[in-house]
Amino acid sequence: MIELRGITFTYDDAATPVLDRVDLEVEEGELVLVAGRTGVGKSTLLGVVPGLVPRFTGGTLGGDVLVDGTSIVDLPPRERAHLVGYVGQDPVAGFVTDTVEEELAYGMEQLGLAPTTMRRRVEETLDLLGIADLRARDLRALSGGQQQRVAIGAVLAAHPRLLVLDEPTSALDPTAAEEVLASLTRLVHDVGLSVLLAEHRLERVVPFADRTCLLTGDGRVRVGDTADVLREAPVVPPIVDLGRRLGWEPLPLTVRDARRRVRGLGLPAAPDAPVRTATAAGLTGRGVTVAHGRRAVVREVDVDLPSGIVTALMGRNGAGKSSLIWALQGSRKRYAGRVTVDGVDPAALSADERVRRVGLVPQTAADLLYLETVREECAAADAGARAEAGSCAALLATMVPGIDPEQHPRDLSEGQRLALVLAIVLVAEPPVLLLDEPTRGLDYPAKEALAVTLRRLADTGHAVLVASHDVEFVARVADRVVVMAEGEVVSAGPVRDVLAESPSFAPQVAKITGAGWLTVDEVVAAAGSAGESS
Amino acid sequence: MSGRATVARLPRELHPLAWWGWAVGLAGAASTTSNPYLQLLLVAVACIVVLARRTDHPWARVFHLYLAVGALIVVLRVLFRLLVGGAYGTRVLVDLPEIPLPDAVLGIQLLGPVTQEALLGGLYDGLRLATIVICVGAANALANPKRLMASMPAALYEVGTALVVAVNVMPQLAQSVRRVRAAQRLRPSPGGRARRWTSIRRVLVPVLEDALDRSLALAAGMDTRGYGRSGEATRAQRLRTGALMLGGMVGIGVGVYGVLDLTAPRWLALPMLALGVALAVAGMVASGRRVGRTRYRPAPWRWPEVVVVGTGIAVLAAFLVLRGSEPLVLEPDLLAAPVVSVAALAAALLGLVALLAPPPPGTDGGAR
Repeated sequence: MIELRGITFTYDDAATPVLDRVDLEVEEGELVLVAGRTGVGKSTLLGVVPGLVPRFTGGTLGGDVLVDGTSIVDLPPRERAHLVGYVGQDPVAGFVTDTVEEELAYGMEQLGLAPTTMRRRVEETLDLLGIADLRARDLRALSGGQQQRVAIGAVLAAHPRLLVLDEPTSALDPTAAEEVLASLTRLVHDVGLSVLLAEHRLERVVPFADRTCLLTGDGRVRVGDTADVLREAPVVPPIVDLGRRLGWEPLPLTVRDARRRVRGLGLPAAPDAPVRTATAAGLTGRGVTVAHGRRAVVREVDVDLPSGIVTALMGRNGAGKSSLIWALQGSRKRYAGRVTVDGVDPAALSADERVRRVGLVPQTAADLLYLETVREECAAADAGARAEAGSCAALLATMVPGIDPEQHPRDLSEGQRLALVLAIVLVAEPPVLLLDEPTRGLDYPAKEALAVTLRRLADTGHAVLVASHDVEFVARVADRVVVMAEGEVVSAGPVRDVLAESPSFAPQVAKITGAGWLTVDEVVAAAGSAGESS
Repeated sequence: MSGRATVARLPRELHPLAWWGWAVGLAGAASTTSNPYLQLLLVAVACIVVLARRTDHPWARVFHLYLAVGALIVVLRVLFRLLVGGAYGTRVLVDLPEIPLPDAVLGIQLLGPVTQEALLGGLYDGLRLATIVICVGAANALANPKRLMASMPAALYEVGTALVVAVNVMPQLAQSVRRVRAAQRLRPSPGGRARRWTSIRRVLVPVLEDALDRSLALAAGMDTRGYGRSGEATRAQRLRTGALMLGGMVGIGVGVYGVLDLTAPRWLALPMLALGVALAVAGMVASGRRVGRTRYRPAPWRWPEVVVVGTGIAVLAAFLVLRGSEPLVLEPDLLAAPVVSVAALAAALLGLVALLAPPPPGTDGGAR
């Protein structure tokens, strides 16, 4: 139906093309997954289909885009609106109107559909995506999962042939992501819509993908059956990782398949976790309450962040995680409660003193950066912290080696930029480090690098708190987990107990092998020894 | 009453233009009089209608701010009259000592005797301005301004969308500034000479980058959804539309000049203005017809809309008539107590007829 033929794209100041003679065909009613490491050109490839590349990016595009044999490569995006629906990485940024209903109708108004058709399609779309009760709501007041579904509905109402989605679940908590994906599969199965989607969190989408298009990094793609492509892919979800390392054939893609295979493995009882002991008190919060107007967003939360321990903070979008983090750091005003670090309340200190006690990496980490090169950023951080010149650059090098100091911070990859911000925060040597949603936009290798960094920080006596939706990352890095809902702590304890208890927060490995197991490494090691002893 | 006519009275959002028409009528009436009783009466009418028919949009919740601004205008107006009133009027109330000023500011008098005329003049003037401001506030509270922009004629659609986007951008920008300021306090701040400039730059650079990213994302979003698709107009049609619009603009320009410049020939004045307006309207209709765009659930225009607009026009017309028949009621003598006639009272209270409009959705109508 839609066919990319020999697509070659080069950015203006780049020597080598991002996409090099890419061929890809999407059939009617097919869901094709675009996978690959960060920065290999997934978004660029997706942008070619609606025509945003090269119109909004610059650069040179070669090759052809065909719909049912007709070339559309010369049409501007607006003239392709009836063929291709596109939802970008941040759906809120693309909203034009105020309310759900108007947003759904907007695309159809542009296409000039008859009012009666529009009325009918708005109602159909509301039902199809399960958002009928939101119709009059303000778009900006919706939760992340609802916004994503409205954004999909808004392009869907115009009845495009192909839906192009750029990371539709990356910013969502596990439950909201499931809502969105359930809506998508329903569209693919019932309506016969074709979907082309890119996603970092492969564990969420792999079971739904008919085929996978893997960008290999040299501009070429490998397209084929998902199991075949993932066999040698550099980025794979835990389930595939497990299957590959245990030599399972065919490669399982769903939890159900993998569970059947794991039964024959003869796994021993779940291992006892190596319990790390706290070395010092770190940060303690008692009865921390944060109010927004008259509404309590965090209510009487007791939290201990001992040194040497990585604590994960989980919960739905809007559960009060960010508010708690900012209140613990002391920048955000507490309504009530006490926080102490080394016997001092960070809120009572000046901003410059505070960063020496509690470091915080906010959700949009790039907000901290304002200079032109990585070198200048590092130098400014050293000067501000009165640290020895070069200490920030040294910290950065231990986390992500090989960053060109003359690069602009905005040109770094997500993982590199996060490392830079982390280095800037760590220059002040705070004993406590808080991170808000750091894994957003990171691929598996970048997440692994971050996990190693956080582990090392904990081992050198830091108290670390990470707020994250990413179950797999939490299972990999955390010692303890605190789960919040509606501003209150609903469960807290060792990572093994908390994650196993909750169906929505269980990592894939736990779903496959049962409670007690968390990471692929554990299972592979246990399977190896089980095989030897028998 | 037929079924259709009663249905129009069920709770729904009234056409935004209707409320604006009503409010402009009231504001126009306020500008024709300086009688404080009539002004207060008009403010009361506006308040009553707002309380009974306002929506629960965020815009509606700031009506009290308009009232506060109105009060501030009155206070400032009176204070200025006292401070630099100049010595006009005869009935001196308090004889304040005049503060001598250097010759350079000749003609300005600081303090000095306070006359009743200056005091009342300031009060009446302030009240008039305050009433107009409150009427605009009432229109804002009764009709969502964004819906007003959305009901622009098809030819002005692009302008309307741009305005809607601009209105949405401001709160986002404020939020962005707050976020970046908080974030910048998380990194050790560099000391030294350039500190002030640095601190501005530290907020400005990320905020601008953020704003740029957002605008690009919005533009991309609008473009991929078909904003600005070309209609099916031929070259000849486009030329005709262009010619009509251009002719209209020239006509209006010359006409306005003729109206304002009393020495210009009379045929250049009103006839030219009318011709220009007619050409412009024809151009807009022509260009609107070739736009391949439709509107989802356009606000209907039924008899309550007509009543509401008619009420505004009637109030204005009644005050214009009274200006001729009872000039002393509308422009009371500054030395005597102002009076109100039955006719003037009725004219102001006529604004309450707008209460016939259906209540906004989500309320149970008369119970509130």
